[in-house]
Amino acid sequence: MADVTVGIVVFPGSNCDHDTEYAIASFPGVKPVMLWHNDHDLKGCDAVILPGGFSYGDYLRCGSIARFSPIMREVIEFARKGRPVLGICNGFQVLVESGLLEGALIRNTGKKFICRQSTIKVVNNGTIFTDGYRKDEVLRIPVAHGEGNYIASPETIESLEEHGQVVFRYTDENGNATEAANFNGSLGNIAGIVNRQGNVLGLMPHPERASEALLGSQDGRRLFESLFRHVTGA
Amino acid sequence: MAYKAKIRVTLRPSILDVQGKAAQHALANLGYTSVESVRIGKYMEVAIEEQTAEDAGRVCTEICQKLLSNPVMEDFTFELEPVN
Repeated sequence: MADVTVGIVVFPGSNCDHDTEYAIASFPGVKPVMLWHNDHDLKGCDAVILPGGFSYGDYLRCGSIARFSPIMREVIEFARKGRPVLGICNGFQVLVESGLLEGALIRNTGKKFICRQSTIKVVNNGTIFTDGYRKDEVLRIPVAHGEGNYIASPETIESLEEHGQVVFRYTDENGNATEAANFNGSLGNIAGIVNRQGNVLGLMPHPERASEALLGSQDGRRLFESLFRHVTGA
Repeated sequence: MAYKAKIRVTLRPSILDVQGKAAQHALANLGYTSVESVRIGKYMEVAIEEQTAEDAGRVCTEICQKLLSNPVMEDFTFELEPVN
């Protein structure tokens, strides 16, 4: 794999930034670069990751303040040019607040912050983030969020489904999108979506926390692998 | 002119308010069984310095649309008053 520079945005309150750095640095040829929220420069990176955490203390709404930080102006422009942007957990919340992805993420229906292993199904393996997976493959990737309940207008949901923009769904281990598997109450069991152009993915589960055997699952690795492969054109 | 905007941001009626529901259950436990529902929103006071009330109102609408509320899930209303 040729060299890939991947920017990881660090907002005040981000807390999965270094986990992500650690996870992606294990791929040969991949160089993580930390991007401070007050910077205006993406430092020539080939892809941008918005990590998990609690940017700006989740003040006002999750991701709402981060969305207006100086670096996000660059990230939004980068995304509009069709370059790859991945938002994990709080990063997904920042992406919906910024309008790069549709819908919103509100408090889990059970009110609780949920930190546990989750099982999600690859609904669309035709994206640059997921083509290393089999269609309908069930992955074990942990979640840790209080506001992961995905909502959108019925028209938006219909359009997302129609255009294959629903990429991951919470399911049981057999891949059934049951109500029990949908622990945060998301519409349509939605765990992750991509924009229409296919270059911006947001998901609530943490692939960086499922990236080596010691962590109990390596199912998150292929997401990064797929992305890096596309960036290098390999 | 100085104006004070009193802004209310509320969850859209179609959005489940789990916080409000929890508060309603607690009220029911306290014996307030006549309380049928609770919806929790945000109240903000914003000081705005503009020439006219119309300008201040325009700024207020803009900041509500851009940052203070999320139109996907929230509605907003405000009252504007001059400050002496």
